[in-house]
Amino acid sequence: MKELRAIYTIWKRENIRYVRDKARIFSTLLQPLMFLVIFGAGLGGTLAQGGFGVDYMKFMYPGIIAMNVMGIAFFSTVSTVWDREFGFLKEILVAPVARTSIVVGKILGAITIASTQALLLLLLAPFIHIQLSLVIIVKLFLMMMLLAFAIAGLGLLIASLMKTTESFGIVMQVLIFPMFFLSGAFFPLTNVPLWMTVLSRINPLTYGVDGMRQIILGGVPAALAQKLFLYPIHVNIFILLAFSAVVVSVATLAFNRRS
Amino acid sequence: MHFMNIIEVKNLTKRYDKLTAVDDISFNVKQGEIFGFLGPNGAGKSTTISMLATLLKPDSGQATIDGFDVGSQRNSVRQAIGLVFQDSSLDDRLTAQENLYFHADLYHVEKQSFKERLPEVLQLVDLWDRRGAIVKTFSGGMKRRLEIARGLIHYPKVMFLDEPTIGLDPQTRFNIWHYILKLKKEKEMTIFMTTHYLNEAEYCDRIAIVDRGKIVALDTPANLKKIVGGEIITLTAADPLKLKQAIARRFDLKIKEEDNKIKIEVADGEKFLPRLFNELTEKIDSVELRKPTLDDVFLTLTGKKIREEEASSKDLMRRRMRMKH
Repeated sequence: MKELRAIYTIWKRENIRYVRDKARIFSTLLQPLMFLVIFGAGLGGTLAQGGFGVDYMKFMYPGIIAMNVMGIAFFSTVSTVWDREFGFLKEILVAPVARTSIVVGKILGAITIASTQALLLLLLAPFIHIQLSLVIIVKLFLMMMLLAFAIAGLGLLIASLMKTTESFGIVMQVLIFPMFFLSGAFFPLTNVPLWMTVLSRINPLTYGVDGMRQIILGGVPAALAQKLFLYPIHVNIFILLAFSAVVVSVATLAFNRRS
Repeated sequence: MHFMNIIEVKNLTKRYDKLTAVDDISFNVKQGEIFGFLGPNGAGKSTTISMLATLLKPDSGQATIDGFDVGSQRNSVRQAIGLVFQDSSLDDRLTAQENLYFHADLYHVEKQSFKERLPEVLQLVDLWDRRGAIVKTFSGGMKRRLEIARGLIHYPKVMFLDEPTIGLDPQTRFNIWHYILKLKKEKEMTIFMTTHYLNEAEYCDRIAIVDRGKIVALDTPANLKKIVGGEIITLTAADPLKLKQAIARRFDLKIKEEDNKIKIEVADGEKFLPRLFNELTEKIDSVELRKPTLDDVFLTLTGKKIREEEASSKDLMRRRMRMKH
């Protein structure tokens, strides 16, 4: 009971901080829009001529949602490093609560923020001529939460390993963009060189993108599906769950040891 | 049990690589007293606080707070202490009230108790009117006061203040002390604090002077000053030699002549001076009475001044912090 209250408090703080940070909300809304408009307009024409089989905007849309989830979940957990730098982490660490509760509260906070904000992107669906039913929305939301869980665990693991705030910026730069571009969000991964196949398969975002794409573009013919999708959706879910289990446990261990 | 020891420390030691930050120290703190750790930066003050607050594991030795062992009963210790760190540990995106609320949740304070305590602790530090303001808008002094209020919300038995006035201007420092003394008086709280400001150490009931991880002396400020000896009266006059002879004739005292100045060592300068003026007919140009300071005590005990150490030991501390992270 005591620990539940601690988890709730830490979760609530994450939410309050997020809602107060208008600049961050704005930039995390702007970024996916930018990708969608610029890449959609720039690459759409070329790819359509190559017999892509599906409108490029439609193809990219699920990937953009997944990227958005990842960006927010990642940022909110890796920013634990800032908490350490600005001292607030000390306030949490000297409190009579279990370290595990701190980790759980942080991760739940990241899941809530990331999946709630990504829901806003669903408002764009009509403009790309995608029809969303309630079932699709619920499925998408669950997938968003699962992806946010995996990424939040990864973020927390990195945060507990990092030594300085400077390395925070480096990790964000070095990790986030390759993860974006090697996730299949912008092009299908069904026909790429071996090295890219390998890299994309160790990227958790790949499975989130693949899962969401199937949920959104579910009704395409089988031949096209083979070109666009990687794994059956339950495989995506399983891999994401396994990935989450590993990173969250290691993050909890690292967090316990660090403090 | 009025004179119970709320903090008991026995042979506590902490090493970083080759450097022994805290070297086999032992001391007790009585309930209700203000206990000060005085020493230059890098003497091991913060490391000691970190160990007592369960943030650092000691390499050897024991410490108990309110009967709980800091190594094996960490959550009980944490519940029993309040902490104000050297650097702010507030969430500056939250309001003052939200920071306290967060703290109360983490320390299992009942909702009803929180409602009663909130005005009480905020009024103590004069921040009740600013309870709804975002902490980012606060000055350094206000933040420190808010941290003190926050540390009180779970009614700790001991309050740890790590350099509570560092980085603040003299006026604010004076104010913070006003609140600390109020805390002792109104809450009968035990306060354990570190400082390297000598004048502030005077507020403590007892002081441990620390240098290079060791306690070199532990007593009340008044007793510590006795280590140095008496008070020094310095006189100047047109004819110092004549003055010296005149004083020597009337008083049985140690009189020295230095740079044309007469120096007399007495036990109680304030009482001695009127007597001196009454009995002397010789002309005196100026008089200066200097009481021994804790700096003199530190100088006597360690052979150096606290201030001289500052620059180099700060660098040392910084290097040490980097190693830790």
